[in-house]
Amino acid sequence: MTASTGTGTPGLPAVAIGAAPPKAKAPQVEQRNGKVALLFLLPTVFLLTIFLVYPTIYTFLLSFDRGRRGQFTQFVGLDNYVNLFTKDPNFINFSTFPPSGALFNNVLWLVFYTSIVIFLGLVIAVMASRVSYEAILKSIVFLPMAIAATALAVIWAFVYAPDSKTGLLNAILGVGNIGPISWLGDPGFVNASLIAVGIWGSVGFATVILSAAIKSISSEIIEAARVDGANELQIFRRIILPMVSLPISVLAVTLTVNVVKLFDLPYVLTSGGPGTSSRVIAFTMYQESFPGGLFGKGAAVAMVMLLIMTPIMLFNIRRFRSESVT
Amino acid sequence: MSTNDAIARPAIAERPKTLSGRIVKALNKTPIHIALGLVAVIWLAPTIGLLVTSIRPRSDIQATGWWETLSTLRFTTENYLSVINAQGMLQAFVNNVIISIPSTLLPLTFAALAAYAFSWINFPFRDSLFLIVIALMMVPAQVAFIPVLQLFAPFGFTRNFIAIWLAHTAFALPFGIFLLRNFFITLPRDLIEAARIDGASTFGVFRTIVVPLSVPAIAAYGIFQFLWVWNDLLMALVFVQNAANNPLTRQINGLLSQYGTEWHLLAASAFLLMIVPLIVFFSLQRYFVQGLLAGSVK
Repeated sequence: MTASTGTGTPGLPAVAIGAAPPKAKAPQVEQRNGKVALLFLLPTVFLLTIFLVYPTIYTFLLSFDRGRRGQFTQFVGLDNYVNLFTKDPNFINFSTFPPSGALFNNVLWLVFYTSIVIFLGLVIAVMASRVSYEAILKSIVFLPMAIAATALAVIWAFVYAPDSKTGLLNAILGVGNIGPISWLGDPGFVNASLIAVGIWGSVGFATVILSAAIKSISSEIIEAARVDGANELQIFRRIILPMVSLPISVLAVTLTVNVVKLFDLPYVLTSGGPGTSSRVIAFTMYQESFPGGLFGKGAAVAMVMLLIMTPIMLFNIRRFRSESVT
Repeated sequence: MSTNDAIARPAIAERPKTLSGRIVKALNKTPIHIALGLVAVIWLAPTIGLLVTSIRPRSDIQATGWWETLSTLRFTTENYLSVINAQGMLQAFVNNVIISIPSTLLPLTFAALAAYAFSWINFPFRDSLFLIVIALMMVPAQVAFIPVLQLFAPFGFTRNFIAIWLAHTAFALPFGIFLLRNFFITLPRDLIEAARIDGASTFGVFRTIVVPLSVPAIAAYGIFQFLWVWNDLLMALVFVQNAANNPLTRQINGLLSQYGTEWHLLAASAFLLMIVPLIVFFSLQRYFVQGLLAGSVK
């Protein structure tokens, strides 16, 4: 995305959302000096080794162990993984249709959260670009990005309150004599309700990114299309949509990462409930490891998370390498 | 990615010259105004509802919805006083500050040092090491929970703030290095070479040239990291194991599971949690948006 180039703000390079390539390989003329470099890198190497490199190896090995108290107590081979995928309906259950379980809930999030956030972000960005109060509208939609997921959860706990006297949504439905619906207490509604909160929290992010992309389309092109008799829908489909396809793919990757790491909203709003119906994998990892004490199982879930992130990791590395070469 | 840029430019279409032309144009846009008005209401109402609830008396909250406040018009600071005095929210607020400041300054410093080495010092395996940093950016924190707790157990780091400071710092580093390095390599080479010829040490170049020129990038990253830590729940659940050190997020979560529907307490404490990010949002919106957009790859 070229949105940030040529602005008056010497802001962050657009590497930011990962769209714009860092242009060149790092400059080559500087001193060759391994010892000085080591001094600059020392705190980083130390912390990354202790908090990321060593733990990844430890957790990988622990996922093949009973892992009592988080230590290596009894090697169990692939048992933790086999149990997760075949014997734990709370993690994934294929015996029902549709499937259920934490992993399947992540799939639900991935499909609905990602697509609806991008769709609404695009619609709002396009509409806002045509009115004079665009800036303030984008601020309003972006505001939830500033707020902790814990606070979003409290805000929406009010909206979803089952009592039609105090819960906004049930009060609105009550006008039409519908409900009240237990949005967070009914397994049939809970995932949709949580995903709606997630969407509400992230649309502003998509709006701002896509709005910047739309601004980068030259107004002459759009005017020319209009003069040639294109209607608004045609302008959207033939000009705007192709121009925002790259930012959209970057957004999709970012939102996917959000889904894999998703924890706070289900933890605070429902504790994964009712029962286990709104669990997601990051919740399962925490729940099984710490309150549950099943560290081997928790380690296996953490490895599943790492595995899901691996394609994104490889994608980033490949992009960096191709940019360094050219 | 600058929203300012986006905001500053006029809408695409030209302004019609005659009055009737303007009226026709306005009418054409009516559906857009209605749709955007609806968007504004949907995105504002839940948050306004929380703020209004937080200043209503408890009895009113339980009897009627916040949207009926106009018919009662009774306000109170009682809710805030009780969460601050009785529910330990003041201490939690202080804990947020204690956790957030080092957890912002440490990664900022370490990431800037490392990013400088990756961009302006030549050393063996530099690109391979940087690839490792990029790879680590995508490692979920969950992978580290069990081993790091094992490692820290003998030292009692989770009883004080050391564990949470170090954890936040370490997990912020890969992304911070990536971001700052990509900014540092765009700095003019001539300037850095000239300083070296004048006899500046490597650290001198870093301190007097690179850091001052990179203030926008460093500020955006700093704001992003500060809010990330301020709003964090998960890391605090794992790495703070002393209830006296709990940040607001954990305290609110405790309130929710303990009292369930004591809305007056929940609303006031949620607003306490939101106030600092809201101030940052309204006062530093430019850096804030940039920081969050930049941070989205995290």
